[in-house]
Amino acid sequence: MAHTEELSPEELEKAENKNILRVTLILSIITLFEFAFALLWPDEISRTILNISFLVMTIAKAFFIVSEFMHLGHEAKSLIQSILIPLVFLVWLIIALMIEGSSIMEARFGQSESLFSSISPLLFA
Amino acid sequence: MATVAVSQKQSVWDGGNEPMKASYGKLMMWFFLLSDAFTFSALLVSYGMIRFMHPAYEGVRSEYTFSPEVWPIPDKVYSSLPFVSGEYPLVFVGIMTFILIISSVTMVLAVKAGSRKSQAEVEKWMLWTIIGGIAFLGCQAWEWSHFIHGTHHGSAVAEGTTFFGANLTQNQYGPPLFAALFFFITGFHGLHVTSGVIINIIIFYNVAVGVYEKVGHYEMVEKVGLYWHFVDLVWVFVFTLFYLI
Repeated sequence: MAHTEELSPEELEKAENKNILRVTLILSIITLFEFAFALLWPDEISRTILNISFLVMTIAKAFFIVSEFMHLGHEAKSLIQSILIPLVFLVWLIIALMIEGSSIMEARFGQSESLFSSISPLLFA
Repeated sequence: MATVAVSQKQSVWDGGNEPMKASYGKLMMWFFLLSDAFTFSALLVSYGMIRFMHPAYEGVRSEYTFSPEVWPIPDKVYSSLPFVSGEYPLVFVGIMTFILIISSVTMVLAVKAGSRKSQAEVEKWMLWTIIGGIAFLGCQAWEWSHFIHGTHHGSAVAEGTTFFGANLTQNQYGPPLFAALFFFITGFHGLHVTSGVIINIIIFYNVAVGVYEKVGHYEMVEKVGLYWHFVDLVWVFVFTLFYLI
């Protein structure tokens, strides 16, 4: 970090503590939003929208924990890439097992209710 | 170094370099965490798959009752608090989540204090982190115990039979796999918290007896810090998948 040389140790400590406080507040506020969403979501509105917003909030929290608390955002670019790029395999795993799961449900119950069972015929038509 | 009269130009392969500007130990901790992330991802994605194998509850949520046919609604399952009766959906797990976030913050403060080489401050914040970890484990023990013993009224599992709580083959909340996954995934996370607390205690001891003062740096605190944050990170995902969705 190039800009740290200009700061005295006390100033640096102050700036760091301010950043920790900022990230703590962000994580707490997102968590409170998650609770509010979980408990106050009305029956009439689609649960799919709710679940997608939960996943977005979770990934936002994960980003702040990994980037600030685990300090990955301040590491060398090659380190960031070598940690994040392998996670691309998970995209395949998620898609494969979600489709698998809804196909098993269809085979067992003969109904298609979930999001993925409604899009999987489009993928494999 | 200077004895060999070859090219003065230093190559990155000449040695003495830290790949990716991180020390060996820190780099290996990152790669271990990456592999652990795959383990947890496999478990959580399997949870997603098994959930998609079961029908979801479609009716009005206020009229929902536990049934082995449909996947349970989480805020109906996790709605109890110790020492008080009544329904407090997700309150207890909320407390657990905040305990873990706060203990992650105290760990960051310990790492920062370590980079300033302030032994007393590292000790203080490590101790708070250990207390947070033990508090979380205590909460989880209560949560498990309540989950296993069940609610007072139990729930019908078959014609004429009522079942209370949960074990690996049946439970009052929903399909048998629901409880099995709860035990396996929160248990595996709890095991990580337990090992994290033990490692934190070892490092706290080393800090207290001045091992890292002698070594000259507090990088070990940074490494256990990475592990501890990872445990918090996994909880963020477990929390969303088990308790919210």
